[in-house]
Amino acid sequence: MGIEVTVEGLSKAFGPQTIWRDVTLTLPAGEVSVMLGPSGTGKTVFLKSLIGLLKPETGRVLVDGVDMVNDPDRKVFAMRKKFGLMFQDGAMFGSMNLYDNIAFPLREHTRKTEKEIRRIVLEQMDVVGLLGEERKLPGQISGGMRKRAGLARALVMDPEIILCDEPDSGLDPVRTAYISQLLIDVNARIDATMLIVTHNIEIASTVPDNIGMLFLRDLVAFGPREVLLTSEEPVVGQFLRGNRHGPIGMTEEKDAAKLEEEARAADTLGPVRPIHIPPQLRPSPGLPARAAEARHAAAVDAILPTLSHAAQHAIRENRAHLNQTGGLT
Amino acid sequence: MTSPDTSVPGASALRQTGRLFTLAASVVALTFRRPFQVRELIQQFYFIASVSILPTALVSIPFGAVIALQVGSLATQLGAQSLTGGASVLAVVQQASPMIVALIISGAAGSAICADLGSRTIREEMDAMEVMGVSPIQRLVVPRVLACVGVSVLLNGLVSVVGVAGGYFFNVLMQDGTPGAYLASFSALAQLPDLYVSEAKALLFGLIAGIVASYRGLNPAPGPKGVGDAVNQSVVITFLLLFFVNLTMTAIYLEVVPPKGS
Ligand SMILES: Nc1ncnc2c1ncn2[C@@H]1O[C@H](COP(=O)(O)OP(=O)(O)O)[C@@H](O)[C@H]1O
Ligand SMILES: [Mg+2]
Repeated sequence: MGIEVTVEGLSKAFGPQTIWRDVTLTLPAGEVSVMLGPSGTGKTVFLKSLIGLLKPETGRVLVDGVDMVNDPDRKVFAMRKKFGLMFQDGAMFGSMNLYDNIAFPLREHTRKTEKEIRRIVLEQMDVVGLLGEERKLPGQISGGMRKRAGLARALVMDPEIILCDEPDSGLDPVRTAYISQLLIDVNARIDATMLIVTHNIEIASTVPDNIGMLFLRDLVAFGPREVLLTSEEPVVGQFLRGNRHGPIGMTEEKDAAKLEEEARAADTLGPVRPIHIPPQLRPSPGLPARAAEARHAAAVDAILPTLSHAAQHAIRENRAHLNQTGGLT
Repeated sequence: MTSPDTSVPGASALRQTGRLFTLAASVVALTFRRPFQVRELIQQFYFIASVSILPTALVSIPFGAVIALQVGSLATQLGAQSLTGGASVLAVVQQASPMIVALIISGAAGSAICADLGSRTIREEMDAMEVMGVSPIQRLVVPRVLACVGVSVLLNGLVSVVGVAGGYFFNVLMQDGTPGAYLASFSALAQLPDLYVSEAKALLFGLIAGIVASYRGLNPAPGPKGVGDAVNQSVVITFLLLFFVNLTMTAIYLEVVPPKGS
């Protein structure tokens, strides 16, 4: 089972530039969470901080009793072996072919024979749809393939925590749908705690149990998927609808005058797309049910009465859908 | 850990120096820690040797000749013609040879190492390795630095031989020196510690070239231009350090080891 990740009061700055401050959240064990945010809000920096590659100035990241920010390197290094990180650009080793890249963690950290390694690597390459490309160098394949190879490399060690940096960027909508399903299937198979960083609404609305959103140096929200998708918060609403109504501008926060002007000229901003809340994806047929589903449902039930009417409605709809297609486990 | 913002002049230079020494210390410590990267070491050794042997040999012949000619003509003016051989050997073995080796190792191998590590760093390969619990210093930097050191020490032997042979050739052929006097003056002026200090210099210079190249390669400014700048700087920084260290070592050696015959 996956490990719970607790983030407490985390703040990160590069010199005078504050990236985000006082971020507090918990990634529940085995559940899938998505972190949304416009480009440049420090999503990648957040992932790297969770795994201890970057050291925030204040706050803690607790994983199984180890503080990934402040504990000595020895402890952090040992804990990293439980993580799998899929980098935004794949970060494959340019001098090795895909097979050797994906086999790298196994050769470094296990005493498995080449035969066993071959079996595991080919299985994972099959899972991400790269079978037959073993001999290619990372420079010879497309960005989307590099990403999938990066995912395969993150999976070979059966990690308990999986972090994915924009699994969809550079992929077409069909491939994005495939990768969404792939992530849910991975979660069903190994019950790992997962955090997916993205600005893709499709992934955010169908894959996770929980959604968080970073905007303008703050974590504006973190909670069950339905709560975020029905949120009245202007930033969240604007981001989910993907239009120009709201506080998110081209660069930074819009100023008040600009917002007022927009309110007057509302009809030039394009139509306001209603938010549709699709049912959550389920594991592919033949795979076990996700163990986290029941845990998540129990946790949501505990806070259900405090949620907004719309959120409660969305949660009930989703439950009804789940029951029709196999039922809660 | 990000460094605090300080506006004290020279603070950033000090910080860089500190990081450079930290890297050097980790390299030394990790050299003796398992797993040893034998394959990478052999590959790097082969690579560095292959890019530096030819230029070194080509440079050392004229260099030995220039020193022989210069020392020879000076010695003739002073009426000490019979000592030409020993004097030019000392100059070649102690000064010219380690310096030539270091400049070529840094120019040919150091720049390649820096470019390689730098492009890996900006492609996040280093981060990826660390995430997988593998130390890039142990895995990539240690073999490169060791290869630099090893090739330097071996090349230094080559340069000494080629330089001395070149000097002999030019002295005997062009300045009408006698072969017997040239050889006899070897043993009159030169001694074994001269060779030791030469190899010690080559070892240290190789180490500096390797560490500086790796340090700049691991810390490039973002983007491809950052890597280019890093390579450039690594060569310049190495040259500066080399001349400074050479001065120090020469001064210490001349203090500590009494010249032959005194
Ligand atoms: N190593 C670094 N040094 C200085 N600034 C950085 C560094 N890494 C990221 N940043 C800055 O942090 C901000 C957030 O970057 P990033 O996490 O990559 O955004 P996102 O992944 O959300 O698009 C950017 O403004 C970027 O310039
Ligand atoms: Mg990013």
